[in-house]
Formats: sequence, C-alpha cells, structure tokens
Amino acid sequence: MKKLALDKVHREMGGRMVPFAGYEMPLQYSGLTDEHIAVRESVGMFDVSHMGEFILRGEKALDLIQKISSNDASKLEVGKVQYSCMPNGKGGIVDDLLIYCLSPNTYMLVVNASNIDKDWAWISSHNEFGVEMEDISDRTCLLAVQGPKAAESLKSLTDIDVEGMKYYTFEKGTFAGVDNVLVSATGYTGSGGFELYFDNEHAEKIWKAVMKAGEANMIKAAGLGARDTLRLEKGFCLYGNDIDDTTSPIEAGLGWITKFTKDFVDSDLLKKQKEEGVSRKLVAFRMIDRGIPRKDYPILDAEGNEIGNVTSGTSSPSLKEGIGMGYVKVDLAKIDQEIYIGIRNKSLKAQIAKMPLV
Amino acid sequence: MNVPAELKYTSDHEWVKIEGDTATVGVTDYAQSELGDIVYVEIETEGEELDKGAVFGTVEAVKTVSDLFMPLSGEVIEVNEGIESEPESVNDSPYEKGWMIKIKMSDPSEADALLSAEQYEAEIA
Repeated sequence: MKKLALDKVHREMGGRMVPFAGYEMPLQYSGLTDEHIAVRESVGMFDVSHMGEFILRGEKALDLIQKISSNDASKLEVGKVQYSCMPNGKGGIVDDLLIYCLSPNTYMLVVNASNIDKDWAWISSHNEFGVEMEDISDRTCLLAVQGPKAAESLKSLTDIDVEGMKYYTFEKGTFAGVDNVLVSATGYTGSGGFELYFDNEHAEKIWKAVMKAGEANMIKAAGLGARDTLRLEKGFCLYGNDIDDTTSPIEAGLGWITKFTKDFVDSDLLKKQKEEGVSRKLVAFRMIDRGIPRKDYPILDAEGNEIGNVTSGTSSPSLKEGIGMGYVKVDLAKIDQEIYIGIRNKSLKAQIAKMPLV
Repeated sequence: MNVPAELKYTSDHEWVKIEGDTATVGVTDYAQSELGDIVYVEIETEGEELDKGAVFGTVEAVKTVSDLFMPLSGEVIEVNEGIESEPESVNDSPYEKGWMIKIKMSDPSEADALLSAEQYEAEIA
C-alpha cells in the first residue's frame, strides 16, 4: 500500500484513511455531508495524488494521442485541457482521462489511479510514433481546491489570475512561493475550482498555505466520500462504476468527446453505433419512493422486468434523497420516465432525470 | 468513544438496555462513527416475532448500508418513529434520541450472553 506525501497531515487532521487503488486515501475528515456542503457552498480541498500522470514528448506526440483518444486533441493549444476517453478496440473503454497541452510537442495525460499500469501498457502498445513517455505519477502531488470560493481563496497565493481563468484552461507559475506549479481550472465536483499539480516535496507547504488562505471562507479538507457524492450529483462518470471495459462511450453519453474528425481506435465501430443507435444508455435518476440506490441494484420496469442495473448510487447530500446512474434499455431512456429500483426485495419508484441532478 | 457502563452490548455494535422483560436497542457510538452520516433507518418489523440474530432493519449512511440484528429473541413491540424523520439523531445521540426498537423478550436468559461495557470496549479497542 502506497502512502501519500501528505499522509501524516491527513491523519493529524482526523482523516479516516482507507485503501483505494493501491493508496491509503482519506475517505473523510469532519464528515461526508459537511465536506460536501462546504464544496457546494464555499470551498474544500481534496488530496487526489493517487491519480496518474504521464508526460508524452516528441514531434509525433499528437499523433499518438489522436490514435488512442476519442476526442480530437488537434483542437488543443498550449494552456488548454481536454476531457477524453481511450476506447479499447472492442467498443469498451480503457479509461477516461484529461489531456493537457504543455507545449506544442509535450502533453500530460491524467488517468485514474486504478488504471495506471493498464493505461501505460495500452498507450505503449500503440506507440509506433517514437514518442517519449514518462510516468511522473509517483512524484506528483495533485490537490483539488473546489467550490465557488476557490478562486477567492487562492488568489493571494499566486500571481496567476485565478479569478480570470476559463474552465478547462491552465497556467504554470509560482504558487505559495513554489515555482512551477500547474494551476488548472478543472475538477470533478461541478462546483468550479482548481487542480494544482506539483512535486511531492512541496506538498505540505502548499497544503498548509491553501488551508490558511481559505480560512476566511471556512475551507474544509474533503475526502473521497464527498468527491463521489459531488460528482454523482453532477452526473460525471466514474471509471469502474459507470464506464468500464464493456461500456461504449456512445452508451455512456460520452458522444460529445467522441469526434469522428480523425481515425482512432474503434472510430469505425463507434461511428456505426452513433449512426445506428445503441441498445442501452446511461441515465441519471432520482428516487420518488424513499430509498437509496446502490451499485448493482437492478433497474426494473413497471411490470417488474429487469431493464438494467444501477452503476452508481447514493443519498444526495444536496437533495436529501436517493440518486443514481445506471444503464437502461434505450426505449426507456427518456427524461421523466418512471422506473423502479430493486432495493431489498422491494420495487421502489424512481424517475429518470436530466443531468446534472444538482 | 462513549460506552455507557449501565448498558449491554453485542459484537454487531448494538447496545441493549434491559428493563423488566423489555429490551431497548440501538447502535453504539462506535457504530455511528464508523457508519458516517446516517441518512435513512428502515425498520418494518414492528409486531413481528424474531429470533436472536435475525435482521430487524437496515441503517443507511451516505455511502454504506448495514443490516441491524436482533440482539435477543422476541417481539418488536415499538419502533422509534423519531429516527424516520431525523435519522441524524442516530449520529448525534446514539444512546438516547437515536434508539431504534423495543423488544418484548421471549427468553430473558439470553441477556446473560450479552457483552458488558468493559468487554465491548475491549472489542473495539
């Protein structure tokens, strides 16, 4: 089990550490609901250093990325970030990821912690372009400072104009006295904010500086629990739950990051799916009856026939009701459609809802 | 962790308060802390005669769901309606406002097998 650079700090702050993707990660500190609300209403900070970062360098780096990535990375320019996924050659997804254009021939790919080895092997297997690849995951710290008060909380720590930064852009600069910090206007909470990438050795200095700068906005340390409820309220996919090696990006509603402006792994197959339609779709739903959906619970129609399964579910801290996502047969995948969730031998009514739910 | 000396306990992290042939049951301070923010307690066994170890309900935190087990055999004679509308009272007041059911014991001698506060404290240490 790997330890985070900030392991000691998390424990001192009362973080409950749990194993996740090979790391001991903070699940929660003051309490999941408390942390969730802090991010929605003000600001919270997550240590998500378990995420993987690969640097791709070389004249043909873009060619390699275009081959493996469903989105069109030729649209990227220096300072911009793109969300994408890597199709697996069989219509499924190897992983979803962020792609940063660091300089014209240098890119950073940010991948899920549980997939680092698989992704590295997959990308390497397509590297017929002589692209230099470097895995900087183990030495890179990633803090996500999220919420409507994130910019206000961080602006005193850096010359970067955090308040003026557009969503899915980034800048490198000095932050809390540390050079070469990558400040990215991205996140997984849907409440705005920033992700900070830097070398592990600066972890404690930067964490403490942000906690101090955020005091006026009652900043809270937030754990993986709140990260999951925040993303689920916004309908963001979690790899391993809502997308995996068996789900296609078209089924998962990721058509918007699947661009047929170029050839890539599975582009023909996915184009055909997009044109001819798919048999199931990922939807979000809210419970009408009282109950909390959980991963793998069955989704039923009014007659009790199984029409799909829940891929993510929770009690929404913002809505105070059960919410979830899951795949259902395409003819029932309509907004406001009533469905039923099988919860402990009961069939409880739910309704398909537009994403985001909050 | 608060473990009142006058109560009895189970290894499933429930507490039991015995008064005559009635046992009041809830989850311990340790249990509520491990579960996290409790958002739903579902108990639909009122009036049922259940054996020791049977599931009498379910407690759901934001991220987890756990069964509740009968610490003693008997009839579920009362369910705390307060925790239906305020499940957070299980977190805030596990031994008082957050109690869950009352059981009319069918075999009071079963109570002898429950853990003392000291024994329970040793289990969670």
